Amino acid sequence: MPITITLPNVLAKLADGQRTITAYGTTLGGAVADASRRYPALKPRLTDDAGNPYPFVTYYLNDEDIRFSGGFAAAIRDGDEVTIVPAVAGG
Amino acid sequence: MTASVTFPFPEAAAASLAALPQACAHCGATFDPAPIAICEQCLGPLEPVYDNARIIPDRAIIGAREPSLWRYREWLPFTGQPTRSLDSGWTPLVEAPVLARALNIERAWIKNDAVSHPTLSFKDRVVASAINAAAAFGLETIGCASTGNLANAVAAHAARAGLTAWIFVPEDLEVGKIVGTLVYGPRLVRVKGTYDDVNRLCAQVADKFGWGIVNVNLRGYYGEGSKTMAFEIVEQLGWRSPTAVIAPMAGGSLVTKLRKGFREFAAAGLVTGPPPRLYGAQASGCAPIVRLLESGGETLVPEVPNTIARSIAIGNPADGPSAVRAIRETGGSARAVSDDAIVRGIRVLAETTGIFTETAGGATVAAALELAETGHFKPDDEVVLCITGNGLKTIEAIHASLPVAPVIAPRLREVTALVEH
Repeated sequence: MPITITLPNVLAKLADGQRTITAYGTTLGGAVADASRRYPALKPRLTDDAGNPYPFVTYYLNDEDIRFSGGFAAAIRDGDEVTIVPAVAGG
Repeated sequence: MTASVTFPFPEAAAASLAALPQACAHCGATFDPAPIAICEQCLGPLEPVYDNARIIPDRAIIGAREPSLWRYREWLPFTGQPTRSLDSGWTPLVEAPVLARALNIERAWIKNDAVSHPTLSFKDRVVASAINAAAAFGLETIGCASTGNLANAVAAHAARAGLTAWIFVPEDLEVGKIVGTLVYGPRLVRVKGTYDDVNRLCAQVADKFGWGIVNVNLRGYYGEGSKTMAFEIVEQLGWRSPTAVIAPMAGGSLVTKLRKGFREFAAAGLVTGPPPRLYGAQASGCAPIVRLLESGGETLVPEVPNTIARSIAIGNPADGPSAVRAIRETGGSARAVSDDAIVRGIRVLAETTGIFTETAGGATVAAALELAETGHFKPDDEVVLCITGNGLKTIEAIHASLPVAPVIAPRLREVTALVEH
Protein backbone atom coordinates (compact mmCIF):
# COMPACT_ATOMS: atom_id res chain seq x y z
CA MET A 1 0.00 0.00 0.00
CA PRO A 2 1.53 3.35 -0.96
CA ILE A 3 2.02 6.07 1.58
CA THR A 4 3.74 9.41 1.30
CA ILE A 5 6.71 10.39 3.41
CA THR A 6 7.50 14.09 3.74
CA LEU A 7 11.14 14.85 4.41
CA PRO A 8 12.83 17.92 5.90
CA ASN A 9 15.19 19.78 3.56
CA VAL A 10 18.22 18.29 5.24
CA LEU A 11 17.02 14.77 4.31
CA ALA A 12 15.56 15.67 0.92
CA LYS A 13 19.13 16.16 -0.26
CA LEU A 14 19.62 12.44 0.32
CA ALA A 15 16.52 11.55 -1.74
CA ASP A 16 17.44 13.15 -5.04
CA GLY A 17 16.13 16.48 -3.77
CA GLN A 18 12.59 15.24 -3.30
CA ARG A 19 10.64 16.63 -0.34
CA THR A 20 7.96 13.96 -0.67
CA ILE A 21 8.59 10.34 -1.54
CA THR A 22 6.36 7.29 -1.91
CA ALA A 23 6.90 4.05 -0.03
CA TYR A 24 5.09 0.75 0.35
CA GLY A 25 4.43 -1.51 3.30
CA THR A 26 1.86 -2.76 5.78
CA THR A 27 3.59 -1.27 8.78
CA LEU A 28 5.41 2.00 9.20
CA GLY A 29 8.66 0.12 9.73
CA GLY A 30 8.07 -1.77 6.49
CA ALA A 31 7.46 1.45 4.58
CA VAL A 32 10.58 3.03 6.04
CA ALA A 33 12.57 -0.05 4.99
CA ASP A 34 11.14 0.29 1.49
CA ALA A 35 12.12 3.96 1.37
CA SER A 36 15.60 3.00 2.53
CA ARG A 37 15.90 0.56 -0.36
CA ARG A 38 14.76 3.17 -2.86
CA TYR A 39 17.07 5.85 -1.49
CA PRO A 40 20.06 4.12 0.13
CA ALA A 41 21.63 7.43 1.18
CA LEU A 42 18.61 8.06 3.39
CA LYS A 43 18.84 4.78 5.29
CA PRO A 44 21.32 5.80 8.02
CA ARG A 45 19.21 8.88 8.77
CA LEU A 46 15.92 6.99 8.92
CA THR A 47 16.96 4.12 11.19
CA ASP A 48 19.77 3.28 13.59
CA ASP A 49 21.90 0.16 13.37
CA ALA A 50 19.22 -1.86 15.18
CA GLY A 51 16.51 -0.79 12.78
CA ASN A 52 14.85 1.55 15.23
CA PRO A 53 13.97 5.16 14.41
CA TYR A 54 17.10 7.28 14.02
CA PRO A 55 17.45 9.20 17.30
CA PHE A 56 17.71 12.69 15.79
CA VAL A 57 14.42 12.50 13.88
CA THR A 58 10.82 12.25 14.99
CA TYR A 59 8.24 10.40 12.92
CA TYR A 60 4.63 11.50 12.71
CA LEU A 61 1.96 9.23 11.23
CA ASN A 62 -0.98 11.35 10.13
CA ASP A 63 0.21 14.11 12.47
CA GLU A 64 0.62 11.84 15.52
CA ASP A 65 4.02 11.17 17.08
CA ILE A 66 4.57 7.46 16.44
CA ARG A 67 5.91 7.00 19.96
CA PHE A 68 2.29 7.32 21.06
CA SER A 69 0.92 4.98 18.40
CA GLY A 70 2.99 1.84 18.14
CA GLY A 71 6.22 3.08 16.65
CA PHE A 72 7.49 1.28 13.58
CA ALA A 73 5.03 -1.56 14.29
CA ALA A 74 2.07 0.72 13.62
CA ALA A 75 -0.15 -0.51 10.80
CA ILE A 76 -0.45 1.80 7.83
CA ARG A 77 -3.15 2.22 5.23
CA ASP A 78 -3.20 3.36 1.67
CA GLY A 79 -2.84 7.13 1.58
CA ASP A 80 -1.40 7.58 5.04
CA GLU A 81 0.96 10.52 5.45
CA VAL A 82 4.23 10.24 7.34
CA THR A 83 6.17 13.35 8.27
CA ILE A 84 9.77 13.23 9.42
CA VAL A 85 11.05 16.20 11.39
CA PRO A 86 14.45 16.81 12.94
CA ALA A 87 14.16 16.07 16.64
CA VAL A 88 16.22 18.97 17.89
CA ALA A 89 13.89 21.95 17.93
CA GLY A 90 11.88 24.02 20.31
CA GLY A 91 12.08 24.86 23.97
CA MET B 1 17.14 46.32 35.91
CA THR B 2 17.76 48.33 32.78
CA ALA B 3 19.48 51.50 31.76
CA SER B 4 19.44 53.74 28.76
CA VAL B 5 22.13 52.39 26.48
CA THR B 6 23.11 54.24 23.35
CA PHE B 7 26.67 53.29 22.59
CA PRO B 8 27.58 50.51 24.92
CA PHE B 9 30.59 48.86 23.40
CA PRO B 10 33.11 51.46 22.27
CA GLU B 11 35.91 48.94 21.89
CA ALA B 12 33.79 46.95 19.43
CA ALA B 13 32.34 49.91 17.58
CA ALA B 14 34.52 49.50 14.53
CA ALA B 15 33.56 45.88 13.96
CA SER B 16 30.27 44.96 12.33
CA LEU B 17 28.14 42.23 13.82
CA ALA B 18 28.84 38.68 12.72
CA ALA B 19 27.59 35.36 14.04
CA LEU B 20 30.03 32.63 15.02
CA PRO B 21 30.43 29.39 13.08
CA GLN B 22 28.81 26.29 14.56
CA ALA B 23 29.78 22.70 15.21
CA CYS B 24 27.70 19.58 15.75
CA ALA B 25 27.54 18.58 19.39
CA HIS B 26 27.18 14.94 18.28
CA CYS B 27 29.67 14.35 15.45
CA GLY B 28 31.81 17.49 15.55
CA ALA B 29 31.21 18.57 11.94
CA THR B 30 31.70 22.31 11.53
CA PHE B 31 29.56 24.79 9.64
CA ASP B 32 29.96 28.39 8.52
CA PRO B 33 27.70 30.91 10.26
CA ALA B 34 24.18 30.38 8.93
CA PRO B 35 20.58 30.16 10.13
CA ILE B 36 20.77 26.42 10.58
CA ALA B 37 20.55 24.40 13.79
CA ILE B 38 20.83 20.84 12.52
CA CYS B 39 23.97 19.04 11.41
CA GLU B 40 23.75 18.10 7.74
CA GLN B 41 25.87 15.04 8.43
CA CYS B 42 24.09 13.41 11.39
CA LEU B 43 21.14 15.74 12.23
CA GLY B 44 22.59 16.44 15.67
CA PRO B 45 22.32 19.87 17.30
CA LEU B 46 24.70 22.67 16.32
CA GLU B 47 26.38 24.89 18.86
CA PRO B 48 28.41 28.07 18.31
CA VAL B 49 32.17 27.66 18.25
CA TYR B 50 34.08 30.27 20.24
CA ASP B 51 37.61 31.33 19.44
CA ASN B 52 39.70 30.02 22.32
CA ALA B 53 42.24 32.74 21.59
CA ARG B 54 39.75 35.57 22.04
CA ILE B 55 40.52 38.13 24.72
CA ILE B 56 38.56 37.40 27.89
CA PRO B 57 37.77 40.33 30.19
CA ASP B 58 38.51 40.17 33.90
CA ARG B 59 36.08 40.86 36.74
CA ALA B 60 36.86 44.58 36.85
CA ILE B 61 36.25 45.09 33.15
CA ILE B 62 32.99 43.18 33.25
CA GLY B 63 31.93 45.00 36.39
CA ALA B 64 32.36 48.39 34.72
CA ARG B 65 30.21 47.49 31.74
CA GLU B 66 26.59 48.27 30.98
CA PRO B 67 23.96 46.56 33.18
CA SER B 68 22.73 44.12 30.55
CA LEU B 69 23.48 40.60 29.42
CA TRP B 70 25.88 42.05 26.84
CA ARG B 71 28.39 42.69 29.61
CA TYR B 72 29.23 39.01 28.98
CA ARG B 73 29.45 39.39 25.21
CA GLU B 74 32.67 37.36 24.88
CA TRP B 75 30.53 34.34 25.83
CA LEU B 76 27.73 35.16 23.40
CA PRO B 77 27.88 33.85 19.82
CA PHE B 78 28.97 36.96 17.94
CA THR B 79 31.88 39.08 17.00
CA GLY B 80 31.60 42.81 16.55
CA GLN B 81 28.84 45.13 17.66
CA PRO B 82 25.43 43.76 18.68
CA THR B 83 22.76 46.01 17.24
CA ARG B 84 19.49 44.95 18.86
CA SER B 85 17.97 44.40 22.29
CA LEU B 86 20.95 45.88 24.05
CA ASP B 87 19.22 46.35 27.40
CA SER B 88 17.90 42.90 28.35
CA GLY B 89 19.32 40.92 31.23
CA TRP B 90 20.93 41.95 34.54
CA THR B 91 17.84 41.17 36.57
CA PRO B 92 17.89 41.37 40.38
CA LEU B 93 19.25 38.63 42.62
CA VAL B 94 17.12 38.93 45.74
CA GLU B 95 17.98 37.31 49.06
CA ALA B 96 15.09 35.32 50.53
CA PRO B 97 15.79 34.63 54.24
CA VAL B 98 12.29 33.44 55.11
CA LEU B 99 12.36 31.00 52.22
CA ALA B 100 15.82 29.86 53.32
CA ARG B 101 14.40 28.97 56.73
CA ALA B 102 11.56 27.05 55.08
CA LEU B 103 14.14 25.14 53.04
CA ASN B 104 16.30 24.62 56.15
CA ILE B 105 19.37 25.99 54.39
CA GLU B 106 21.90 28.70 55.14
CA ARG B 107 20.85 31.21 52.47
CA ALA B 108 18.48 31.42 49.51
CA TRP B 109 18.22 33.88 46.65
CA ILE B 110 15.70 34.49 43.90
CA LYS B 111 17.11 35.19 40.45
CA ASN B 112 14.20 37.35 39.48
CA ASP B 113 13.60 37.19 35.75
CA ALA B 114 9.94 37.92 36.49
CA VAL B 115 11.03 41.53 36.00
CA SER B 116 13.13 40.91 32.90
CA HIS B 117 13.11 43.71 30.35
CA PRO B 118 11.03 44.06 28.28
CA THR B 119 8.63 41.08 28.56
CA LEU B 120 8.95 39.84 32.13
CA SER B 121 10.48 36.44 31.50
CA PHE B 122 13.90 34.88 30.93
CA LYS B 123 12.99 34.48 27.27
CA ASP B 124 14.20 38.05 26.79
CA ARG B 125 17.70 36.65 27.20
CA VAL B 126 17.48 34.06 24.44
CA VAL B 127 15.60 36.35 22.09
CA ALA B 128 18.17 39.12 22.59
CA SER B 129 20.75 36.66 21.32
CA ALA B 130 18.60 35.23 18.52
CA ILE B 131 17.52 38.59 17.16
CA ASN B 132 21.14 39.61 16.75
CA ALA B 133 21.73 36.38 14.86
CA ALA B 134 18.81 37.39 12.64
CA ALA B 135 20.52 40.76 12.12
CA ALA B 136 23.79 39.09 11.26
CA PHE B 137 22.04 36.94 8.65
CA GLY B 138 19.91 39.76 7.25
CA LEU B 139 16.64 38.03 8.12
CA GLU B 140 13.57 40.27 7.93
CA THR B 141 11.13 37.80 9.50
CA ILE B 142 11.54 35.94 12.75
CA GLY B 143 9.21 33.59 14.59
CA CYS B 144 8.88 30.90 17.20
CA ALA B 145 6.94 27.98 18.58
CA SER B 146 5.99 29.00 22.07
CA THR B 147 4.16 28.16 25.26
CA GLY B 148 3.69 31.89 25.85
CA ASN B 149 6.72 33.63 27.30
CA LEU B 150 8.75 33.20 24.15
CA ALA B 151 5.81 34.48 22.12
CA ASN B 152 5.77 37.65 24.20
CA ALA B 153 9.51 38.10 23.82
CA VAL B 154 9.74 37.45 20.09
CA ALA B 155 6.81 39.79 19.42
CA ALA B 156 8.28 42.61 21.51
CA HIS B 157 11.87 42.33 20.34
CA ALA B 158 10.77 42.02 16.71
CA ALA B 159 8.50 45.06 17.00
CA ARG B 160 11.32 47.12 18.40
CA ALA B 161 13.67 46.00 15.63
CA GLY B 162 11.08 46.60 12.91
CA LEU B 163 10.92 42.96 11.90
CA THR B 164 7.94 40.88 10.89
CA ALA B 165 7.12 38.18 13.44
CA TRP B 166 5.19 34.95 12.91
CA ILE B 167 4.37 33.35 16.23
CA PHE B 168 2.78 29.96 16.74
CA VAL B 169 1.25 28.90 20.06
CA PRO B 170 -1.14 26.23 21.37
CA GLU B 171 -4.69 27.49 21.05
CA ASP B 172 -5.46 27.25 24.78
CA LEU B 173 -2.81 29.60 26.17
CA GLU B 174 -3.62 31.93 29.05
CA VAL B 175 -5.21 35.21 27.95
CA GLY B 176 -2.36 37.20 29.46
CA LYS B 177 0.09 35.53 27.14
CA ILE B 178 -2.14 36.00 24.11
CA VAL B 179 -2.72 39.69 24.86
CA GLY B 180 0.91 40.10 25.84
CA THR B 181 1.86 38.92 22.37
CA LEU B 182 -0.79 40.53 20.18
CA VAL B 183 -0.16 43.98 21.60
CA TYR B 184 3.16 44.16 19.76
CA GLY B 185 1.53 43.58 16.37
CA PRO B 186 2.91 40.21 15.23
CA ARG B 187 1.19 37.56 13.14
CA LEU B 188 0.02 35.31 15.98
CA VAL B 189 -1.34 31.89 15.04
CA ARG B 190 -3.10 29.65 17.55
CA VAL B 191 -2.64 26.00 16.68
CA LYS B 192 -5.00 23.19 17.64
CA GLY B 193 -2.92 20.83 19.75
CA THR B 194 -0.14 20.85 22.28
CA TYR B 195 3.14 22.74 22.22
CA ASP B 196 4.73 19.66 20.69
CA ASP B 197 2.32 19.88 17.75
CA VAL B 198 3.21 23.56 17.39
CA ASN B 199 6.89 22.74 17.52
CA ARG B 200 6.62 20.17 14.72
CA LEU B 201 4.74 22.66 12.59
CA CYS B 202 7.40 25.30 13.15
CA ALA B 203 10.16 22.92 12.12
CA GLN B 204 8.32 22.57 8.81
CA VAL B 205 7.65 26.32 8.60
CA ALA B 206 11.35 27.09 9.00
CA ASP B 207 12.13 24.62 6.24
CA LYS B 208 9.58 26.04 3.83
CA PHE B 209 9.75 29.80 4.35
CA GLY B 210 13.33 30.41 5.40
CA TRP B 211 12.36 32.66 8.30
CA GLY B 212 14.45 32.90 11.42
CA ILE B 213 12.46 30.72 13.78
CA VAL B 214 14.39 31.48 16.93
CA ASN B 215 14.01 28.09 18.59
CA VAL B 216 14.27 26.08 15.39
CA ASN B 217 16.83 27.23 12.82
CA LEU B 218 18.36 29.97 15.03
CA ARG B 219 18.38 27.64 18.01
CA GLY B 220 22.15 27.36 18.38
CA TYR B 221 22.46 31.13 18.74
CA TYR B 222 19.25 31.51 20.74
CA GLY B 223 20.13 29.05 23.48
CA GLU B 224 23.39 30.77 24.36
CA GLY B 225 21.43 33.66 25.87
CA SER B 226 20.38 31.42 28.75
CA LYS B 227 23.97 31.19 29.96
CA THR B 228 23.80 34.80 31.06
CA MET B 229 21.56 33.80 33.95
CA ALA B 230 24.47 31.76 35.35
CA PHE B 231 26.94 34.56 34.67
CA GLU B 232 24.78 37.09 36.50
CA ILE B 233 24.30 34.79 39.48
CA VAL B 234 28.06 34.44 39.85
CA GLU B 235 28.76 38.15 39.53
CA GLN B 236 25.87 39.23 41.74
CA LEU B 237 27.03 36.86 44.48
CA GLY B 238 30.41 38.62 44.44
CA TRP B 239 32.09 36.37 41.90
CA ARG B 240 31.31 33.06 43.51
CA SER B 241 28.93 30.21 42.86
CA PRO B 242 26.06 29.13 45.07
CA THR B 243 26.13 25.52 46.19
CA ALA B 244 22.93 24.72 44.32
CA VAL B 245 20.63 26.17 41.68
CA ILE B 246 17.09 25.08 40.87
CA ALA B 247 15.29 26.01 37.68
CA PRO B 248 12.11 25.00 35.88
CA MET B 249 12.42 22.58 32.98
CA ALA B 250 10.36 22.78 29.81
CA GLY B 251 12.54 21.93 26.82
CA GLY B 252 15.45 21.35 29.19
CA SER B 253 17.60 24.06 27.63
CA LEU B 254 17.86 26.38 30.64
CA VAL B 255 19.35 23.77 32.98
CA THR B 256 21.70 22.66 30.21
CA LYS B 257 22.86 26.20 29.55
CA LEU B 258 23.20 27.03 33.24
CA ARG B 259 25.63 24.14 33.43
CA LYS B 260 27.52 25.49 30.43
CA GLY B 261 27.58 29.02 31.84
CA PHE B 262 28.99 28.00 35.21
CA ARG B 263 31.62 25.87 33.46
CA GLU B 264 32.64 28.68 31.12
CA PHE B 265 33.15 31.14 33.97
CA ALA B 266 35.18 28.55 35.86
CA ALA B 267 37.29 27.90 32.76
CA ALA B 268 37.89 31.65 32.44
CA GLY B 269 39.09 31.82 36.03
CA LEU B 270 36.28 34.19 36.97
CA VAL B 271 34.96 31.85 39.66
CA THR B 272 36.61 29.14 41.72
CA GLY B 273 35.34 26.27 43.80
CA PRO B 274 32.95 23.47 42.94
CA PRO B 275 30.18 24.13 40.44
CA PRO B 276 26.67 24.32 41.86
CA ARG B 277 24.52 21.25 41.98
CA LEU B 278 21.72 21.70 39.45
CA TYR B 279 18.13 20.82 40.25
CA GLY B 280 15.15 20.81 37.90
CA ALA B 281 11.44 21.32 38.42
CA GLN B 282 8.55 20.07 36.33
CA ALA B 283 4.82 19.66 36.76
CA SER B 284 3.63 16.13 37.47
CA GLY B 285 1.30 16.49 34.51
CA CYS B 286 4.26 16.89 32.17
CA ALA B 287 7.48 15.55 33.61
CA PRO B 288 9.37 13.59 30.95
CA ILE B 289 12.74 14.95 32.08
CA VAL B 290 12.18 14.09 35.74
CA ARG B 291 11.04 10.61 34.75
CA LEU B 292 14.07 10.12 32.52
CA LEU B 293 16.31 11.11 35.42
CA GLU B 294 14.51 8.77 37.80
CA SER B 295 14.63 5.90 35.30
CA GLY B 296 18.41 5.99 35.19
CA GLY B 297 18.20 5.59 31.42
CA GLU B 298 19.18 7.66 28.42
CA THR B 299 16.07 7.58 26.23
CA LEU B 300 13.34 10.09 26.87
CA VAL B 301 9.75 8.93 26.70
CA PRO B 302 7.50 11.75 25.49
CA GLU B 303 4.28 12.63 27.28
CA VAL B 304 1.03 14.39 26.47
CA PRO B 305 0.95 17.40 28.82
CA ASN B 306 -1.84 17.87 31.34
CA THR B 307 -1.01 20.67 33.77
CA ILE B 308 -1.86 24.25 34.61
CA ALA B 309 1.83 25.05 34.14
CA ARG B 310 1.49 25.65 30.42
CA SER B 311 4.76 27.53 30.12
CA ILE B 312 6.66 24.33 30.93
CA ALA B 313 4.22 21.90 29.27
CA ILE B 314 6.56 20.39 26.72
CA GLY B 315 6.01 16.66 26.39
CA ASN B 316 8.85 16.04 23.96
CA PRO B 317 11.68 18.23 25.26
CA ALA B 318 14.56 18.48 22.80
CA ASP B 319 17.13 19.13 25.50
CA GLY B 320 15.69 16.67 28.01
CA PRO B 321 18.59 14.22 27.83
CA SER B 322 21.09 17.10 28.01
CA ALA B 323 19.37 18.48 31.09
CA VAL B 324 19.50 15.07 32.74
CA ARG B 325 23.23 14.84 32.01
CA ALA B 326 23.77 18.30 33.55
CA ILE B 327 21.85 17.28 36.67
CA ARG B 328 23.68 13.97 37.00
CA GLU B 329 27.12 15.49 36.39
CA THR B 330 26.64 18.10 39.11
CA GLY B 331 25.13 15.78 41.71
CA GLY B 332 21.72 17.42 41.60
CA SER B 333 18.24 16.03 41.21
CA ALA B 334 14.80 16.93 39.93
CA ARG B 335 11.23 16.90 41.15
CA ALA B 336 7.80 16.79 39.59
CA VAL B 337 5.12 18.60 41.60
CA SER B 338 1.34 18.61 41.46
CA ASP B 339 -0.73 21.51 40.16
CA ASP B 340 -1.93 22.18 43.72
CA ALA B 341 1.68 22.36 44.88
CA ILE B 342 2.45 24.78 42.03
CA VAL B 343 -0.29 27.12 43.22
CA ARG B 344 1.02 26.86 46.78
CA GLY B 345 4.51 27.56 45.48
CA ILE B 346 3.34 30.76 43.79
CA ARG B 347 1.79 31.91 47.06
CA VAL B 348 4.78 30.93 49.19
CA LEU B 349 7.11 32.93 46.96
CA ALA B 350 4.82 35.94 46.98
CA GLU B 351 4.25 35.84 50.73
CA THR B 352 7.92 35.34 51.63
CA THR B 353 9.72 37.45 49.03
CA GLY B 354 7.21 39.86 47.51
CA ILE B 355 7.77 38.32 44.08
CA PHE B 356 4.78 37.23 42.01
CA THR B 357 5.71 34.45 39.64
CA GLU B 358 3.82 32.44 37.07
CA THR B 359 3.20 28.71 37.18
CA ALA B 360 6.75 27.75 36.19
CA GLY B 361 8.06 29.68 39.17
CA GLY B 362 5.46 28.03 41.38
CA ALA B 363 6.77 24.67 40.22
CA THR B 364 10.31 25.74 41.03
CA VAL B 365 9.45 26.83 44.56
CA ALA B 366 7.30 23.75 45.18
CA ALA B 367 10.04 21.47 43.90
CA ALA B 368 12.60 23.19 46.12
CA LEU B 369 10.37 22.67 49.16
CA GLU B 370 9.87 18.98 48.32
CA LEU B 371 13.57 18.48 47.66
CA ALA B 372 14.31 20.05 51.03
CA GLU B 373 11.80 17.78 52.75
CA THR B 374 13.42 14.74 51.18
CA GLY B 375 16.93 15.64 52.28
CA HIS B 376 18.45 16.93 49.05
CA PHE B 377 19.69 20.16 50.62
CA LYS B 378 22.21 20.54 53.42
CA PRO B 379 22.02 23.05 56.27
CA ASP B 380 25.00 24.98 54.90
CA ASP B 381 23.64 25.12 51.38
CA GLU B 382 23.29 28.41 49.51
CA VAL B 383 20.61 27.94 46.89
CA VAL B 384 19.49 30.15 44.02
CA LEU B 385 15.96 29.66 42.72
CA CYS B 386 15.58 30.75 39.09
CA ILE B 387 12.22 32.47 38.76
CA THR B 388 11.72 32.72 35.04
CA GLY B 389 8.37 34.43 34.55
CA ASN B 390 5.84 36.89 35.93
CA GLY B 391 2.64 35.94 37.75
CA LEU B 392 0.56 38.59 36.03
CA LYS B 393 0.68 36.41 32.92
CA THR B 394 -1.06 33.43 34.53
CA ILE B 395 -3.57 34.88 36.97
CA GLU B 396 -6.06 32.15 36.01
CA ALA B 397 -3.88 29.63 37.82
CA ILE B 398 -3.91 31.43 41.14
CA HIS B 399 -7.08 33.50 41.26
CA ALA B 400 -9.43 30.85 42.63
CA SER B 401 -7.06 29.92 45.45
CA LEU B 402 -6.95 33.42 46.91
CA PRO B 403 -9.36 34.80 49.50
CA VAL B 404 -12.21 36.99 48.34
CA ALA B 405 -11.63 40.63 49.24
CA PRO B 406 -14.54 42.16 51.18
CA VAL B 407 -16.52 44.97 49.59
CA ILE B 408 -17.63 47.71 51.96
CA ALA B 409 -19.25 51.10 51.94
CA PRO B 410 -16.86 54.03 52.51
CA ARG B 411 -17.62 54.11 56.22
CA LEU B 412 -15.14 53.83 59.05
CA ARG B 413 -17.36 51.55 61.10
CA GLU B 414 -17.25 48.93 58.35
CA VAL B 415 -13.44 48.95 58.44
CA THR B 416 -13.63 48.77 62.20
CA ALA B 417 -15.84 45.71 61.91
CA LEU B 418 -13.32 44.06 59.65
CA VAL B 419 -10.43 44.89 61.98
CA GLU B 420 -12.27 43.60 65.05
CA HIS B 421 -13.21 40.32 63.37
